[in-house]
Amino acid sequence: MSYELPSNIDFSSPESVSKALADLQAAFADEVQAAHSADAREHFRVRWFGDKAGLVNRGAGAWIKAIPSAEKREFGAKFNAVKVRLTEEFQAAGAARSSATMAASLDLTLPGTRRGVGVEHPLTRTMREMVAVFAALGYSVALGPEVETDFFNFEALNFPPNHPARDTQDTLVIADQSSRPSRERLLMRTHTSPVQIRSMIAGPPPLRLVIPGKVHRNDESDATHSPIFHQVEGLCVDRGITFSDLKGTLDHAMKAFFGSSVKTRFFPSFFPFTEPSADVQISCPFCGGAGCRKCKHSGWIELLGCGMVDPAVFAAVDARRVENGLEPAYDVSGISGFAFGMGVERIAMMKYGVGDIGQFYSGDMRFLQQFA
Amino acid sequence: MNILSKWLREYLPALDVDDRQLAEDLTLRGIAVEGVHELPDGGHLFEMDITTNRVDAMNHYGVAREAAAIYGLPLLTLEDWRVANVEAGPVPVPDDDLSVGEYSLPRGHTLSGLSDANKKVAPSQADAAGHSVRIEAEDLCGRFTARVVRSVTVEASTGLVAERFAALGQKSISNAVDATNYNWMAMGHPTHVFDLDTLQGGIVVRRAHAGEMLRLLDGSTKLLTIDDLVIADERKALGLAGIMGGWDSRVTEATKNILVEAAWFSPTAIRASSRRHGLHTDASHRYERGADLGACASANQLVTRALEVSCGGVADAAFTDVTVAAWEKKTRQRPRVTLRVRYTQEFLGTTIEIGESGNVLPEDKIEQYLEALGCHLRPSVDGARFEVNLPSWRLDLEREIDLVEEIARVYGYNRFADTLPSFSGGVTALPFAAADAKVREVLLALGYTEALGSTFAGEADSALFAQKAAVAMGNPLSAEAGVLRPSLLPGVVGMVEQNSARDVREVRLFEVGNVFSGSTETVAEEPSLALAAFGGGVKTRTIAAADALFFEVKGAVEEVLGRFVTPALLWSGADLPAWVEPGRGARVSAGGVVLAVVGELSIAEREERKLREDAVFAEVYLPALFACPLQQPSAVEPSRFQAVERDLSFLFSDAVRWADVVAAVRGLGIAEMISLEPVEIYRDAKGKSVAAGEYSLLFRMVFQSGERTLTEQELGGWQESVVGALTGIGGRHRAPEAA
Repeated sequence: MSYELPSNIDFSSPESVSKALADLQAAFADEVQAAHSADAREHFRVRWFGDKAGLVNRGAGAWIKAIPSAEKREFGAKFNAVKVRLTEEFQAAGAARSSATMAASLDLTLPGTRRGVGVEHPLTRTMREMVAVFAALGYSVALGPEVETDFFNFEALNFPPNHPARDTQDTLVIADQSSRPSRERLLMRTHTSPVQIRSMIAGPPPLRLVIPGKVHRNDESDATHSPIFHQVEGLCVDRGITFSDLKGTLDHAMKAFFGSSVKTRFFPSFFPFTEPSADVQISCPFCGGAGCRKCKHSGWIELLGCGMVDPAVFAAVDARRVENGLEPAYDVSGISGFAFGMGVERIAMMKYGVGDIGQFYSGDMRFLQQFA
Repeated sequence: MNILSKWLREYLPALDVDDRQLAEDLTLRGIAVEGVHELPDGGHLFEMDITTNRVDAMNHYGVAREAAAIYGLPLLTLEDWRVANVEAGPVPVPDDDLSVGEYSLPRGHTLSGLSDANKKVAPSQADAAGHSVRIEAEDLCGRFTARVVRSVTVEASTGLVAERFAALGQKSISNAVDATNYNWMAMGHPTHVFDLDTLQGGIVVRRAHAGEMLRLLDGSTKLLTIDDLVIADERKALGLAGIMGGWDSRVTEATKNILVEAAWFSPTAIRASSRRHGLHTDASHRYERGADLGACASANQLVTRALEVSCGGVADAAFTDVTVAAWEKKTRQRPRVTLRVRYTQEFLGTTIEIGESGNVLPEDKIEQYLEALGCHLRPSVDGARFEVNLPSWRLDLEREIDLVEEIARVYGYNRFADTLPSFSGGVTALPFAAADAKVREVLLALGYTEALGSTFAGEADSALFAQKAAVAMGNPLSAEAGVLRPSLLPGVVGMVEQNSARDVREVRLFEVGNVFSGSTETVAEEPSLALAAFGGGVKTRTIAAADALFFEVKGAVEEVLGRFVTPALLWSGADLPAWVEPGRGARVSAGGVVLAVVGELSIAEREERKLREDAVFAEVYLPALFACPLQQPSAVEPSRFQAVERDLSFLFSDAVRWADVVAAVRGLGIAEMISLEPVEIYRDAKGKSVAAGEYSLLFRMVFQSGERTLTEQELGGWQESVVGALTGIGGRHRAPEAA
């Protein structure tokens, strides 16, 4: 695009004028051919036909100003003819271009090209969504170690040593613990509940905590059981927290997570660290309670364990607070609370239709990329 | 455990709801009926799932008591039931035995005998009239009752017992043994029958002698310790108390005379013994969770009467009942519990129904439910509290809160409203929440899919992939999970291996998780990040195909680290871990702290794991990275002046690295040079266009000023100085066309 209007035309010489007009047309012809893309064509249009800065108008202006007045009329006519021709040529080139486009049009049925995006793990996603529901209710996230002591995992949660309740949570233990005092023995936490204890020892009420985490039990693997799994646990401790508050909180949370039409119902259950204890069922969010494969045709799905924090747990917390040089803060005459927990794998399996729990830990790209 | 609805109804003649409704109402009160199966007799079999704390309800009478509480119906006493359903006739109950009456408390019945100080506790030596029984191990055995039934005929069970055993899937052994099991299913107290004629002298309940051998009913022979409790005669151990009877004293078809035992043993003793011998029986299950010390005599009576009916025996009038006072105190005579009415109502919260006292649990329900469950309530003068006697079969009830739970349970959890507590306190974020979220965001955007792996690893893998020693598990899930993972790499390498084995051509994974180090004394736990890439590396004009994957992962690591404010990153190829192919990896450090390791898996490991292509892994040490602050974006006005590109082509010896080029060019201090990037690197394997040991480098500089348009003259000057600097480090400038 090196063409520029010549500034040194000898308007007294007809040859010189003709050459200037010929050069102009030649440059136009070159450039109009090169202007293929829509962008280039627009650029071309502005360069040649722009109102003020366009070559054609600028040429007309500059040249007519410079030409002797006697020849103005004749040159004006000539220049106009050139301008008309150029305009026609430009339009013709445009028409030719669009028919060329038709011939080489895109095969819109070919797949688009892209970089594959990474996919968040379905368990992480489920935990994140669960945590978000409780965060909106004013719960802060708390985390704790996966290797725990017997004290935090069992004793403080009202599982006395040698108690049958421990049978339900077969434990993976760290080597060489037998010579240590019972409460100091190291094990893989069997639930996220020790984080409740750690949090209460660390700080006085009010507490509202949501605790996502990985837990371990010495269980045989099968399609629905894995020795490694995840829980999301919650704890709310304050003055005057009631059993109906527990019900209302979980009913609200389940509606927030599964949809507002979901109903909850509570059944008495048993956990050493809560009393009263309950299992919570939700009306099947997949079939609306009519009965389907996911709810085993019962219309209900059991999803949560929960209960009011057992006074023995508060007592264990306060005892440890005192040992640590802190004031007791969990006197049951004024303080009460509730705790709840749910299995993340179970929820994710149900929600996404995963048949084999082992797939979550396989790292199989084919499995994981389905959750994009 | 299974329940026959018809049997259950024998204890509740007034029950008028149908079986399905009954099953649902029980379930909602925590006595879960998992399945209801119709039987040919028109009744139903209930498949029960009862929580471990409620052993008292794992039998027909126990479930019937729950139903009585729910519906407010009278419950027959076991004796009334026996008379009505087994056989009428004189009942040989010794004068001092109160347990039949006590055990089953119909509504309105008081626990007169239980709390009274004059309750007769037999001395540890029973009177001579009955079979002699001596409890030697008083710390392990709380009560022992015995009665002799003579002239029995032992044969197969018939009639109702046989029918019910069949319906419940209970194995029938003989009429004598079935009598004990029938009673077990009826009222939940384990009993045992001995062949009296195999016994020598009186019964002794004692600790086993060290090294004592005992052959059990299942035919196995156990070597006993002094912590095992045995039922013995004068000569030897007869049975393992509370767990299983002995072989030698078992009842057979030849048995003529039977001794019936109904006893109570210490839960912890039975549990320890049962675990030690790996014997989990119906009896041990009940005893270790707490049997009813008050039920021994009635259990013995019921079995005795059943033996009379089904085996045609005749019971001796004499009945031996030995109770240990200390255990009596801990079970039947537990201290009363104070239950505060207002506290109970406030703790449980709002009810849906609105009664006289508003929408809280009605006071009269408190009394009604607890009485129905076997408690005895004595109201205080002002009515604000109750003093509550606890039933001997509910050792799980000890505290006020236990009673509150019972009240809520029988009332029905779903009759409480859904309320939300008011909020006090703020929401706090975890210290590294933002950093963790940023790392994930970057990796997901770069196309890495998140994986979660095992917390455990094999010892060999751990030694290969981690510098620190791994902590061993005491009871590993498998040999390949013998230690706590000291690194995430064994896990992600295994995932790549699995993907490759399944013909997945391209893998991009990351895992964020905890890794462990330290000792079995103190385990250190910290978060880590691993990246895995396999297949699909794309060569570029600067990166050869063979190096593509490494540089892709390097890019990802740079992107992650780049989100943090760190000292300058140093990529060093020295001192690489053993899993990295020599010369094909790097440690990344900043200010002397190693932040990450990136490397190609060694060829030996690749072959070992049958990976068909290169695999590149990285581990980022998150504690070190998270110690650096996250980059805080701050805006700079983009320049309004044109940016100008200038490409230059040079020939360099292989010894000259890109970093040398950058150092030389940047050393010129041209502030307007806003970018310096390699565009193409070319080596000629044949050494023709580019000599061996050399490479040609085309790079691009971009110049821009924030204040003015750059002139040709300036640009030319800068270009000239760049050429000069690179010539100075041994480069040879090539004509632009050569690029």
